[in-house]
Amino acid sequence: MTIRLKPVDAVIIGFGWSGALLAEALSGAGLSVLALERGQFRDTAEDFPPSRAPDELRYAVRHDLVVKPAENTITFRNRADQTALPVRAWGSFLPASGAGGGGVHWNGQTWRFRPSDFLLKSTIIERYGKNFLAPDLTIQDWGVTYAELEPYYDRFEYLCGISGKAGNLGGKIQPGGNPFEGARARDYPTPPLTMPYAPTLFAAAARACGYHPFPQPAANLSRAYTNPLGVTLGACSYCGFCERFGCGNYAKASPQTTVMPVLRRRPNFSLRTGCTVLTIAHDGKGGKARGVTYADESGQVFFQPAEIVVLSAYTFENIRLLLLSGIGTPYDPASGKGVVGRNYSYQTTSSVQLGFADTLLNPFIGAGALGMVVDDWNGEHYDHGPLGFIGGAYLAALATNGRPILNHPVPPGTPRWGAAWKRAVAKSYLRTTRLLASGSSLSHRGAYCDLDPGYRDRFGRPLLRLTFDFHPNDLKMSEFVTARLAEIARMMRPDWLVVAKRQAPYSIVPYQSTHNVGGAVIGGDPATSVVNPYLQSWEHDNLFIVGASAFPQNPSYNPTGTVAALALRAAEAITRRYLRAPGPLT
Amino acid sequence: MQTAWWAVVFLLCAALPASAEDRVREGAYLTVLGDCAACHTPPGGAPFSGGRRIPTPFGTVIAPNLTPDRETGLGAWSEDEFARALRFGRRRDGGFLYPAHPYPYFARFTRAEAGAIHAYLATLAPVHQAARGADLSFPFDLRFLLRFWDALYATPAPPLPDPGHDALWNRGAFIVTGPGHCGACHTAKTWLGGDVAARAWQGGVVAGWVAPALDGDPRTGLGAWSAAEIAAFLATGAAHGQLASGPMAEMVTLSGARMTAADREAIARYLKSLPPPPPSPPPPQPPPAVMAAGAGLYRLRCAPCHGRDGEGTPGLFPRLAGSAVVIAARPDTVLRVIRDGARAAATDAAPTGAAMPGFAATLDRAAIAAIATYIRNSWGNAAPAVAASAVTP
Repeated sequence: MTIRLKPVDAVIIGFGWSGALLAEALSGAGLSVLALERGQFRDTAEDFPPSRAPDELRYAVRHDLVVKPAENTITFRNRADQTALPVRAWGSFLPASGAGGGGVHWNGQTWRFRPSDFLLKSTIIERYGKNFLAPDLTIQDWGVTYAELEPYYDRFEYLCGISGKAGNLGGKIQPGGNPFEGARARDYPTPPLTMPYAPTLFAAAARACGYHPFPQPAANLSRAYTNPLGVTLGACSYCGFCERFGCGNYAKASPQTTVMPVLRRRPNFSLRTGCTVLTIAHDGKGGKARGVTYADESGQVFFQPAEIVVLSAYTFENIRLLLLSGIGTPYDPASGKGVVGRNYSYQTTSSVQLGFADTLLNPFIGAGALGMVVDDWNGEHYDHGPLGFIGGAYLAALATNGRPILNHPVPPGTPRWGAAWKRAVAKSYLRTTRLLASGSSLSHRGAYCDLDPGYRDRFGRPLLRLTFDFHPNDLKMSEFVTARLAEIARMMRPDWLVVAKRQAPYSIVPYQSTHNVGGAVIGGDPATSVVNPYLQSWEHDNLFIVGASAFPQNPSYNPTGTVAALALRAAEAITRRYLRAPGPLT
Repeated sequence: MQTAWWAVVFLLCAALPASAEDRVREGAYLTVLGDCAACHTPPGGAPFSGGRRIPTPFGTVIAPNLTPDRETGLGAWSEDEFARALRFGRRRDGGFLYPAHPYPYFARFTRAEAGAIHAYLATLAPVHQAARGADLSFPFDLRFLLRFWDALYATPAPPLPDPGHDALWNRGAFIVTGPGHCGACHTAKTWLGGDVAARAWQGGVVAGWVAPALDGDPRTGLGAWSAAEIAAFLATGAAHGQLASGPMAEMVTLSGARMTAADREAIARYLKSLPPPPPSPPPPQPPPAVMAAGAGLYRLRCAPCHGRDGEGTPGLFPRLAGSAVVIAARPDTVLRVIRDGARAAATDAAPTGAAMPGFAATLDRAAIAAIATYIRNSWGNAAPAVAASAVTP
């Protein structure tokens, strides 16, 4: 029996960064807000004390902060002519679960996308002509510009206390920052982290190559900071346990360390954990969303009526809940029509590992977003004409993930086990580092999500099916940027070096990136998008779909900054405009 | 916002003839100054409905129901009866209340103020909540003996205003020695639970928490604090590198943060006028082996938050260097916080409410004692070493 609950003004599905930012804005505007989170409640001191948090087996290997595949997973195939199989152990990406979502276990790399990223299709066509685009690419403009998002990027950076160095203040290029970034109104709230040795060597080599290295913008704070809500964060201790871990030092920006202390004090906000939303109820196309049906941990089912529904789960669950609820036309890869599940894209990563005989790099000194980056081969500021591909990558040396269980690098040719292997690990651990190329991923006709015809979850609902392989454009791009990365690596004069290229077919087994994006994308045209530029559903004006599911294609950068900026812009549109005049926001 | 409202209320109360509504508002504000909710409002329960168990060195006292329920609350109490109980610790039948009710301080309330509090409590929704009384060990369970306690300790405080001081100081003196009942925690107690007059404001220990000295001692008291820092601490629970936790966190959230800024300033003014005590001899040097063990443990377990030199982070992690709580004669707070952890006060002005995890599960008694000894004797701190046997498992 479904229990009908008292209506609330707004119900939020999923309490990660997006859900927390919407919760803060909507409850701050006086609405009664209920957030439903499928995972557990988590608090810094209780769940990530520094005496316990650096448990690599529990968090990095056994994925304690990640949704259990037995509770929810996806099925996967590379191409539509294959049969998809369920993921039973996460590999290529790690969808979070629990209060704070991925904002708890992220690395903290906090980027802004660049102005041309939001106008990708029109920029390419304008510069190289229509024929430059492969016919199966489905990239599109966002319907929102960098200039429109800038204030919200700024707000998020100041909410988190991001550590970094501006490269472009109001159009004026700043030495030491990223000269290719979009203009920002002001500098980062806290200065860059102190650079360890490997990124320092990388930066010197990159400079020698004629590039423009700058410190990675980081949500691992270089110094203590009190945000505009009055919440205080601490300074990073460079312990190196960021990605896949919660921070015990209050030093990594997360919903816990930035907005939850304020939400906790608001009587008109509540967070219910262990609650899995099953469907979104609605009046049919053009009508209103009416609320959500959810199950608690005992299996009891509730109906929660709400005036506003915010869908802010992970990308995959955003798409699946739309499909399960009959919202939006499902994408049909045969005809190319339909929108829900369309334009899935990922991240095209590659790396170079390099080791030294005598130089100590001390990789145990680390943080999530601690490193130096060059953006010279990223985006649209170099001529792609002769290269024959779209996109690019940022190239980085990050002092991260130097933990001992999963990281024991050895030079090529070392035996795989035994005394020689042990000797090599003991020598190489302190003398090895890895450079990264984080490359863009273009949406194409054959990359999409739909409901699996066979596999079902514990509630009997179809799993989401992912069909994805790297587009030839992205492989070509990766080949090019990886060669540039190797050039910088050689300039560092290592004693050995291994180039790890990205090759097709895409494998879902080795970890690459939890930047699964698209499937419910933003845009100005209902025929090619699920939400308008305010993340408002084209079908139900009181439904807002927030998260990286809105990205029409993935630029090279990590997505969180843009997810947050879009969320804050949507939140402001709701509180300033939608509440006054409910209806489509244009 | 709240502070501004109270300020308006207070000014109105001071300026106007007391209409019934003004009296209720005055009474409500006086319950804030008296921090009455700390004992009489159960956590998460109806305001002033009582039933909360208050631990004392002599046993447990149950805070009674102050709502106007006729059977279990104050519904049947006359204003005079209430005023006598509030100010002089007498029950309706004339018997004695246990001095867990801080009536020796509340004697500062005028009869009119007591009436205002009674008028305010009468406006609350009546709650039927019968738990009251006490569970004390012999001979403290013999209420008639309180007659002698009264004679010993319920001594009349010096009259106010003191013409030798200005109005702000006098207001501070009224709050600190009256409704605020600061000495209930911050003055050492005799074995009978009375104030040790000679050691007034030199700090005490309450329910396993050190209440540091409020006198002018630059190390153990407020000598190094500015008046502005004291006022900020009362408002937010965070100032001078320190954070309120334990009973003081409750005092800040229920009372300090809800007072008028003027009253916090008055308290600070009065406290800053308290002289330092006579100097005491330095404690003996701690054993070097214990200090070395403590230094190693500290660097691994504590320094990531509290800093390599005990400097802390304002508003987030308390500063240990120069902390009065850390170097207090008794290490109770230091030991309990290392063992069980603690959560700082969260207020509208400083909502972080950061918490420290407990280490009882991962550190043995010797290790906890070594860390305590180390932080009590580093970065300029000096306090007696802590023996492993002093750590409660």
